[in-house]
Amino acid sequence: MTAPLDQSKVTAPLKHVRKPLAHDSAEMHVTGTAPYIDDLTEAVGTLHVVPGWARSAVRGKISSIDLTDVSASDGVVAVLTSDDIPGTNDCSSGFGDDPVLADGEILFYGQVVFAVVAETRDQARKATLKARIEVAPIPPILTQEDAEAAETMVLPDYQFRRGSPETGMTAAEEVLSGSFRIGGQEHFYLEGQIAMAVPQEAGGMLVHTSTQHPTEVQHTVAKVLGVPDALVTAEVRRMGGGFGGKESQANQWASLAALAAHATGRACKVRLDRDDDMIMTGKRHDFRVDWTVGHDGTGKIRAVDMEFLARCGYSVDLSLGVNDRTLFHADSSYFYPDAAIRSRRLKTDTCSNTAFRGFGGPQGMLAAERMIDAIAIKTGRDPLDIRKLNFYDGERNITPYGMPVEEYAVMHDLIAQLEETSDYWSRRDDVRDFNAVNAVLKKGLALTPVKFGISFTLKHLNQAGALVHLYTDGSVHLNHGGTEMGQGLYQKVAQVVAEEFGVTLEKVRITATNTSKVPNTGPTAASSGTDLNAMAAKLAAQEIKGRLISFLCEQHQCGPEAIHFGDNKVLIGDQSFTLAEVAKQAHMARIQMSHAGFYATPGITWDRESVTGRPFYYFAFGGACAEVTIDTMTGEMTVDRVDILHDVGHSLNPAIDLGQIEGGFVQGMGWLTTEELVWDEKGRLRTHAPSTYKIPTASDIPEEFNVSLYDGNGNPQETVYRSKAVGEPPVMLANAVFCAINDAVASIAPGQIPNLDAPATPEAIMKAVRGLRSRKVSS
Amino acid sequence: MRDTIRFIKGGEIVELHDVGPTETLLDYLRLRRKETGTKEGCGEGDCGACTVALGRVIDGKLTYQPVNSCIQLLGMVDGAELVTVEDLVQDKRLHPVQQTMMDLHGSQCGFCTPGFIMTLFTLYHAEGEAKSRKTVTEWLAGNLCRCTGYRPIVDAALEACFNVADDAFTWRSNETREQLKKLADSRDIFLGTSERFFSSPASLDGLAALYGQHPDATLVSGATDVGLWITKHLRDLPKTIWLGRIEGLDRVEESESGILMGATATFAATEAAMTRISPDLGELWKRIGSKQVRASGTVGGNIANGSPIGDSPPALIALGATLELQSADTDRALALEDFFIDYGKQDRLPGEFVTGLFVPRPSANQVFHCYKISKRFDQDISSVMAAFRFTIVDGRIIDARIAYGGMAGTPKRASGAEAALKGAILEDASTWAAAIDALNTDFTPLTDMRASAEYRMETARALLAKALMETDGTAAESVRVLAKREADHDRAA
Repeated sequence: MTAPLDQSKVTAPLKHVRKPLAHDSAEMHVTGTAPYIDDLTEAVGTLHVVPGWARSAVRGKISSIDLTDVSASDGVVAVLTSDDIPGTNDCSSGFGDDPVLADGEILFYGQVVFAVVAETRDQARKATLKARIEVAPIPPILTQEDAEAAETMVLPDYQFRRGSPETGMTAAEEVLSGSFRIGGQEHFYLEGQIAMAVPQEAGGMLVHTSTQHPTEVQHTVAKVLGVPDALVTAEVRRMGGGFGGKESQANQWASLAALAAHATGRACKVRLDRDDDMIMTGKRHDFRVDWTVGHDGTGKIRAVDMEFLARCGYSVDLSLGVNDRTLFHADSSYFYPDAAIRSRRLKTDTCSNTAFRGFGGPQGMLAAERMIDAIAIKTGRDPLDIRKLNFYDGERNITPYGMPVEEYAVMHDLIAQLEETSDYWSRRDDVRDFNAVNAVLKKGLALTPVKFGISFTLKHLNQAGALVHLYTDGSVHLNHGGTEMGQGLYQKVAQVVAEEFGVTLEKVRITATNTSKVPNTGPTAASSGTDLNAMAAKLAAQEIKGRLISFLCEQHQCGPEAIHFGDNKVLIGDQSFTLAEVAKQAHMARIQMSHAGFYATPGITWDRESVTGRPFYYFAFGGACAEVTIDTMTGEMTVDRVDILHDVGHSLNPAIDLGQIEGGFVQGMGWLTTEELVWDEKGRLRTHAPSTYKIPTASDIPEEFNVSLYDGNGNPQETVYRSKAVGEPPVMLANAVFCAINDAVASIAPGQIPNLDAPATPEAIMKAVRGLRSRKVSS
Repeated sequence: MRDTIRFIKGGEIVELHDVGPTETLLDYLRLRRKETGTKEGCGEGDCGACTVALGRVIDGKLTYQPVNSCIQLLGMVDGAELVTVEDLVQDKRLHPVQQTMMDLHGSQCGFCTPGFIMTLFTLYHAEGEAKSRKTVTEWLAGNLCRCTGYRPIVDAALEACFNVADDAFTWRSNETREQLKKLADSRDIFLGTSERFFSSPASLDGLAALYGQHPDATLVSGATDVGLWITKHLRDLPKTIWLGRIEGLDRVEESESGILMGATATFAATEAAMTRISPDLGELWKRIGSKQVRASGTVGGNIANGSPIGDSPPALIALGATLELQSADTDRALALEDFFIDYGKQDRLPGEFVTGLFVPRPSANQVFHCYKISKRFDQDISSVMAAFRFTIVDGRIIDARIAYGGMAGTPKRASGAEAALKGAILEDASTWAAAIDALNTDFTPLTDMRASAEYRMETARALLAKALMETDGTAAESVRVLAKREADHDRAA
């Protein structure tokens, strides 16, 4: 490929940006000195709040609540119910359907009915068990099938439609169809949900909250307390993991802490027990996907008809955006000439499913890969050939929602490189040979692509602010609306700001995200944290620097080209000053050295109603090749080797990006293999602790795990230093593992499509194996 | 009688008079000492964020073991050196495991990191561990990380943990041993009142007397399950008796006939002996809990607790293990399978306690296989656990002991299958069929969050077939995915 001239490559050598520097808190992490909210010094008299719930109820009318024994329990200071809410009893992101405390009815298993405020957390926990809550049960709607039958939805259906899928199917040489289930996923952030509210003078409330969306926490707390937004400040320095689980789900706990603080006048902390956390908070949406695909004799797709049935839970939460993103990614990397891609947002009497890294995209893409694998099995061709045959290219590059895939060549090049470095074709032969001589163990291999749209599909969220101060000693205060959950956002933004001012990194003081510094922010989500906040901070730093340059030009009677910032110094012609000296002079000359930067992503024109316009600024690409072995007697499975090549544009920090890619892949692998959420027939979640819900552990990672950054021309869009977002896309690299398992299962009955559901637990694998064996016998 | 708990922290001897019967080590660190480096992730010993190290003299060597402080009772630290993440930085210099974790980008959100650091600290001090990825992942199985995907952490472990230990803890190890020696006494410990106490008798007679007086007390061995009664079930256990200081109760004696272990011998302490009985048993031991759980958890506790999902009993039953029980005035032994009466019900009388376990070594004409099926290989509870001991003469099975876990309310022998297998010919798979079918009448498994009844039955049948295939020895390639993976790694290395 010929490279277009990249302006960022011809500027002065970069000192901080693109360097594999350590996370800003790395030393504090390894020494245990990085404070999380539970580690903050508690004000004298701090109380502890524990949510209470009706432990046997799933759905029903509350007929009585007796909290006498709760109130009388040791150490209890207050017991709160919905009657104690001075403002509005709602902690939703906007649809008004998430009560902080149940109001007359139980909507799902684990709904919070009351909150105990006690001197110690242990006292509060024990007191919650003493409640007597009578609930007149209503038969719950639990499954997709229940909701379809009852016609319960949280939102209307939505679809993308192009051409005539009906005609396309008729014209296709072969039509395949199927249905499969994709499980949800628990976030399992290591730091559970937590908030600490500290009353301030004159009705103010400071809330320390572990959230990806401080602005929403601020607004929610104000709404619940019935006070103006300006009376509430939300602050978060760091989260112990988020993954989408603290985008909207932090609101309730911050609200409870603030309610308790309001009621008692004392600082109040809510820290959820792990089981409560897993039972009460939303998860990744689980789906049933019904698909039909028509293709020609070579395996080229003519038409698709896909229906995504999502279990949204009892309320809307973020289900609109999540399910839209499923549709946006139902093409994976493949061109569908005619397509109907439909979404049903089913309301079930279960916890309200929410954002989870990938935000619906992974489920959409997995369905596309399922169709490709089916075509490969039926045509007898290699799945990789079918994938490449259907890739977007120069002619066929418009997605079903009308956005062109401009960088299709990057996708082709990346997959071609991975095909080579993973030695795909010779390993394909090895796998075939292995399977020929092994009756019990079977191997599978798959190489799958990732194409992920970057931007919030809700247009107004694509904005960010930053607040930068330069002090007169040359040190820099950095603040922005993005939150740090481990992804290295703070570090990346600090590198960008240090680069701009030409200062060493220790001169840049990173500060906690705080709604009183940068207001009205969007959540740190949709992989956009760096794209938005680093740009806003860069603009703020540029503005301050620009003022200094103007000042110096006047002082030294020179042009701006004579002035250079670097190594904590400012060079003006052949004179050298420290930045501190320049800052002092500028201050004496009454130059403002603080600026609030603001950035809004350009070029986004998506209109959901008319289904037109451009939803994404750009796409991030990737590819993964996975090899697995399954045991066809027990369903046990090992991932033997994984090769990954991933596109982050020009990386702002290759070490951090590599960490995001590896971590995202492993999290996706867990979702598709060991992580199974099980509800019983009554609608009660049975997997609500790490003893029963199994995220990957160190030994689940393949010993041969080759991960590389794609060395390309950088982001064609003018993102910060031509980087690309990296938070979510790597999750979908794990589709390769699921497809490889499918490949292994399929090997026992060539020509038959396995009915493998996700997650591919030993039991799910055995179900697929059994299905093929019985079909083999009957045919 | 002693009415204090004593341990070493930061080189100093700490003596506590006020230790509640259910106070956890994590609460002590975070709430009383305000040392917040140690984190709570799950409160049930499954995530490892609360990992701390306990140093004790074992077989003459100062040994550091990782434990989950969230489910360790504070009183159980008696006589040990307690090391937390706060203790590792010396003279403002990071410990080698800290420095390497930082250099290799081993943290992202950082919440799990102190727990990893402490497990790595114990690996750093372990002797005789082979430098391999397998060793590292075995040590790290009890530490969950949701951010990194583990690769940089494993790399950091490989780089930092296999050199000769040379840190402040080795420099002052003689002094530490002297301090520990001073702390080791043979006095009974009793803190509290007769209504509410933490106690730790130093002898079996002391235990018998105390338990005789307080048959309502809770016996605590490793607390890897009792800890959850406290942190999760919020049970008030006003009287706790910790067995960990009873002289000789942790013995592990190997002989030609088998292994005799005391009730408080931990999984960690018995692993080598179990591996010598059978490699399968050794592998099973490594997949029970995690390093943290095996350092605290005892085989006796796993049995006495009567959990229907305990992974060790099926294997021990198939091997023909016998259990020894004692009380103030009785003494008896019984076949292990007879101990498990029903779900949640064991053959243990008031005041009676388990003292030991004898595990016979298979004879020359006996073959032993066991299998653990779980959603995740490490630190998971089995959906099906199966163990087989076949006695073979001239290619025929003349006797079979078969036990399963996860198939009934208790670990249970498959008597129908055992009977049907007598006379089966190894080379003739058609003679196995009756035994495999007999499992359908031996068991009526249940559906739960780990597996469905159908899958359990199907897998139980498959595992008997697999055991026979492996005994038969005709399978050219390995028929186990884990064994295959390891064989591939060995070939690659």
